[in-house]
Amino acid sequence: MAPAFTREQVVTIASLANLELKPEELDLFAKQLGDILAYAAEVQRIDTTGVPPTAAVVTRHVSDRADTIGPCLDRDLALANAPDGSEDAGMFRVPRVIG
Amino acid sequence: MRPLASDLTVRGIRESLRSRSRSAVDVCRDALARIGALDPSLRAFNTVAADRALARARDIDDHPDLWRDAPLAGVPIALKDNICTRGVRTTASSRILDTFVPPYDATVVDRLEAAGAVLVGKTNCDEFAMGSSNENSAYGPVHNPWALDRIPGGSSGGSAAAVAAGLVPLALGSDTGGSIRQPAALCGVVGLKPTYGRVSRYGLLAFGSSLDQIGPLTRTVADAALALGLMAGADAADATSAPEPVSDYTAALTGDIRGVRIGIPRALLEGVDPEVGRAVAAAFDVLASRGAVLVDVDLPHAKHAIAVYYLVATAEASSNLARYDGVRYGFRAPAAGSDGTLKTMYARTRAQGFGAEVKRRIMLGTYVLSAGYYDAYYLKAQQVRTLILRDYDRAFERVDVVAMPTSPTPPFKLGEKTDDPLQMYLSDIFTISANLGGVCGVSIPCGFTSAAKPLPIGLQIIGKPFGEETILKIAHAYEQTTEWHKRKPAFTA
Repeated sequence: MAPAFTREQVVTIASLANLELKPEELDLFAKQLGDILAYAAEVQRIDTTGVPPTAAVVTRHVSDRADTIGPCLDRDLALANAPDGSEDAGMFRVPRVIG
Repeated sequence: MRPLASDLTVRGIRESLRSRSRSAVDVCRDALARIGALDPSLRAFNTVAADRALARARDIDDHPDLWRDAPLAGVPIALKDNICTRGVRTTASSRILDTFVPPYDATVVDRLEAAGAVLVGKTNCDEFAMGSSNENSAYGPVHNPWALDRIPGGSSGGSAAAVAAGLVPLALGSDTGGSIRQPAALCGVVGLKPTYGRVSRYGLLAFGSSLDQIGPLTRTVADAALALGLMAGADAADATSAPEPVSDYTAALTGDIRGVRIGIPRALLEGVDPEVGRAVAAAFDVLASRGAVLVDVDLPHAKHAIAVYYLVATAEASSNLARYDGVRYGFRAPAAGSDGTLKTMYARTRAQGFGAEVKRRIMLGTYVLSAGYYDAYYLKAQQVRTLILRDYDRAFERVDVVAMPTSPTPPFKLGEKTDDPLQMYLSDIFTISANLGGVCGVSIPCGFTSAAKPLPIGLQIIGKPFGEETILKIAHAYEQTTEWHKRKPAFTA
């Protein structure tokens, strides 16, 4: 039996996912995520004894390239899209991290 | 309003340019005029790069010696708005990237422009390619050119609608669970998802990194083969791009499919819309009449593909989309900086920047990866993914390709499924397993519904890894025998 989602669980997941949800979103997501997981839980009924997981289907890789420095993104260009970039300092400005 | 070419194809445009009956600027102006006239009803474009396109077309006209033999010289193209274009806004149809102007081009953009393509704009899509109806766009839904009150499919709905309406003869999409093939089917055009690794993903905004592939949407199989040949091949910038040699896909279109073995997973086809079922059955008969051998195959785990997908793809998405946090690019929630901590800024930016479906998938992915649930959901889904892969391996021991509908239904009405995400997910039943298996697939027009406004139906052909030549050859042979691909939506005349 798949778990129904509680509002508290949704709050925990939202915090892990860095999403500030509104009260009405918490209720809606509790129901919708519960429905989706109840469906997805069908995988748990399949016998996978001894079956290895597949994370990716790449069989062969392009050979490693030489470990040399190539052209890279210009610093001003890298900062150009930042909502609060400091081109003089060459940094991204963010709110204080330590309370 | 002038059509881009009498048959609206890349080949048709190239012929008119080679014979000098028109210039690249003429063709570009016609494409822009069509977009100007039709796109207000379709909403297929997020951004039209008119000045850039005209400058590029002029450059091609001014240097005929340089461009005469380039396969796409002067051909207007559109790119799904999750493919990075240097200097042209790339939003993924998300508020969080509303102002993002990439400082580099995706590899596919480099390769198509080197072949002479003229980029006219960026197409609307579901936000971060998450959706099956194009209704999850921050800029509003795309409308189906065959019936404006219906969905074009998704997530590459803008690219499919743009090709179907004759705005461009070639558009690129990305396909994580069917996002090229399903809108191609619902808009009556050709859509190709290459084998995982066949086309570089460098510059594609990542959604599900083990599933995503870029591919073409066109009016003919020949145009899709041409575009694939230009884009395919290893790329030092994408470690998952494959070193396998690139075939001459155009040369593979011989029309001869005698003896080709086509597998039909009959058990999977139960429950499809009756009109879709009839059209696809008739398509199987056409393929048999050309000499193909129809064989029943069993894909016993394919019915679990949706469940596996929504565990695997959301897990990958929750990780990939963690980068959108209001620091390096895109939107930052106003005033978040002055009254809170970094964590509050992240959470508020993402809450305001992402739409509901993206939040839902990030939440689901975060949950299935979280401590205590990882084994029960994510690991288990990866094991079932192995079983789905083995189904295909086993089928491909007996047949060259597998054929089935692309979508279980014709395009539904806008708004019909937006309140029920799970019902929306179920519309991907026939496309998702090809992504989980990493194999290639193509959707081609195979009929229309009998409604007053006929709606397109698509046939899907799935091939072995790096079996693009075979699926394109079969699709082309079918296309030669039928007229479906020649129909044009009345609205675009």
